[in-house]
Amino acid sequence: MTSVDTAELQAVEAAIARHGHEPGPLIVVLHAVQDALGYIPEHSVRRIAEALNLSRAEVHGVVTFYHYFRTHKPGVRTVQICRAEACQARGCQALERHAREKLGIDFHETTADGATSLEMVFCMGNCATGPAIRIDGRLYSHVTPERFDALLAHQEDAQ
Amino acid sequence: MNRVYVPKDSTAQSLGADEVAAAFSAQGFEVIRTGSRGLFWLEPLVEIETAAGRFGYGPVGAADVEGLIAADIENAGSHPLAIGLIEEHPYLKSQQRLTFKRMGVVDPASLSDYLAHGGYAGLRAALSMTGGEIVQTVTDSGLRGRGGAAFPTGIKWKTVLDQAVTEKYVTCNADEGDSGTFADRLIMEGDPFTLIEGMTIAGIAVGATQGFIYCRVEYPESIAALRIAIAAAKAGGYLGADVCGSGKRFELDVRVAAGAYVCGEETSMLQSIEGKRGEVRVRPPLPAIEGLFGKPTIVNNVMSLASVPVILEKGAAHYRDFGMGRSRGTIALQLAGNLKRGGLVERAFGVTLREILYDYGGGSASGRPIKAVQVGGPLGAYVPESQFDTPLDYEAFAAIGALVGHGGIVAFDDTADMAALARYAFEFCAYESCGKCTPCRIGSTRGANVIDNLLAGNQPERQKALLGELCETLLHGSLCGLGGMTPFPVQSAMKHFPDEFEPRKRH
Repeated sequence: MTSVDTAELQAVEAAIARHGHEPGPLIVVLHAVQDALGYIPEHSVRRIAEALNLSRAEVHGVVTFYHYFRTHKPGVRTVQICRAEACQARGCQALERHAREKLGIDFHETTADGATSLEMVFCMGNCATGPAIRIDGRLYSHVTPERFDALLAHQEDAQ
Repeated sequence: MNRVYVPKDSTAQSLGADEVAAAFSAQGFEVIRTGSRGLFWLEPLVEIETAAGRFGYGPVGAADVEGLIAADIENAGSHPLAIGLIEEHPYLKSQQRLTFKRMGVVDPASLSDYLAHGGYAGLRAALSMTGGEIVQTVTDSGLRGRGGAAFPTGIKWKTVLDQAVTEKYVTCNADEGDSGTFADRLIMEGDPFTLIEGMTIAGIAVGATQGFIYCRVEYPESIAALRIAIAAAKAGGYLGADVCGSGKRFELDVRVAAGAYVCGEETSMLQSIEGKRGEVRVRPPLPAIEGLFGKPTIVNNVMSLASVPVILEKGAAHYRDFGMGRSRGTIALQLAGNLKRGGLVERAFGVTLREILYDYGGGSASGRPIKAVQVGGPLGAYVPESQFDTPLDYEAFAAIGALVGHGGIVAFDDTADMAALARYAFEFCAYESCGKCTPCRIGSTRGANVIDNLLAGNQPERQKALLGELCETLLHGSLCGLGGMTPFPVQSAMKHFPDEFEPRKRH
């Protein structure tokens, strides 16, 4: 077993130990796992099910129901683009097209070099100053295609 | 005096407020991070305290900070970015801020600031009343559910109060997924104690000892602000085993959602708090009778709960005296999309859409004519210019086949493609459907196909008839509002913009 797996196992155990006793704990535990690892590894489903006295089908069912939970490791950075109406009214479709072309991937995909994951979201509550995107934790307003390129380049410089 | 106020609100942050705050700090200023006043075109809006009130500058960039200091910002010096006394700004002055009275004024992380601005007066009043009296006050205020369904809040509370069960819950629906809405977010980020106070009053009223705020994962700043405020309220004795020495217990926790729009539906939200798939429950039983973990549960929107403190503080009549008809009190309208001056407008019910769009919103941001507005989120109807004189009132909107919903107003200019927007409504419904009922799960995908066929000229008259039948099926056959209301944007777009639903020539 590699060290990465050990770290993953530890993160899963920590999430269970910390939140397993809460009422209706499954989603809380899944959040803790994804917060720690960036995704919910397939091997954790069995362990979480066992610890919370649920079937694997129940855990799998919850993981796959919610758009936020990921079952694959994301890129180094995650770019979320809002596709909802308020951002559409300010031109987000052009931004979506541009982002997909620029990165060469579709939504819910990661670039081949593992650098960037592209996600679509429906509303981040930033509806008066769209198009809105979030790069990892940080929210941005008025994102034109040109600004999108500048933000990504700036991020790369910073890394 | 050397103190400036800079919003920490996420829209302000997205426009560079953190950099502005850092620049002032670097110059030796004490920076207080507040919520946003909701005048987003002026963000980042920097304020300084003067004898006459707070004086604003905006929109300020980090590069402007040195110039502002040179212009003697500490003494409200003149500068091209000067706005004047912020509370005299017409956008703000003409509003009737009851729920949002502390918005942008207080430090959302500070319990003492909340108390200094009249916080917890509502809870103090409630603690001198019986549960029945509190519920009666909320009923008498005329408050109706601000999440969109507009069900009388007091009636819901009464049902929970009347259940002879010891274990009850208060849940707050903060899964504000409607595009064009951010009122809940503003409260949670900018004045979270108001929501906490409202939930505590609800718990004391109906005899619930545990509350949950179900907040969207897309709102990380809200989650953080709520957690800080809950910890402070607990430390201050406003939450916990003995609320304000009353001997009554009320605990509060935040539950983080996971990106499913349908979890804004109340039974789906309860499933999600229980850690399950967010599939809609069949009603009855009502959540007020069998809700979270099968126990009687209040499910209210953030805005409804955040309106409770002022009702208890100032009395039912004070709140009820605002508004028109059966829509009492104020509504937080959120100006979004293609508008020059987007932001938050809290007004008594009865203000017209036209006043909101032009007097406040300043018309479209693009400078082109406003073609349509979608009111009430992705399941709300598209309202054409000919109906802009409709007053914001639950019944008046229902009469034109539209809804007020959660008060989000998304403006589109004349470049909007109404058939594409109608198709998007189906696409969104398909993506977000919980899958439990067939009309929503299958009908949404079929709806998008039918619009494609229609626009491609494939037997267009038959497609139109089919679309009409499909909408009727969704309307009447869906378990919840997601499938049941998706026809609203579709049918309103078809009704008001029929020319756009004709076969299109391929380019």
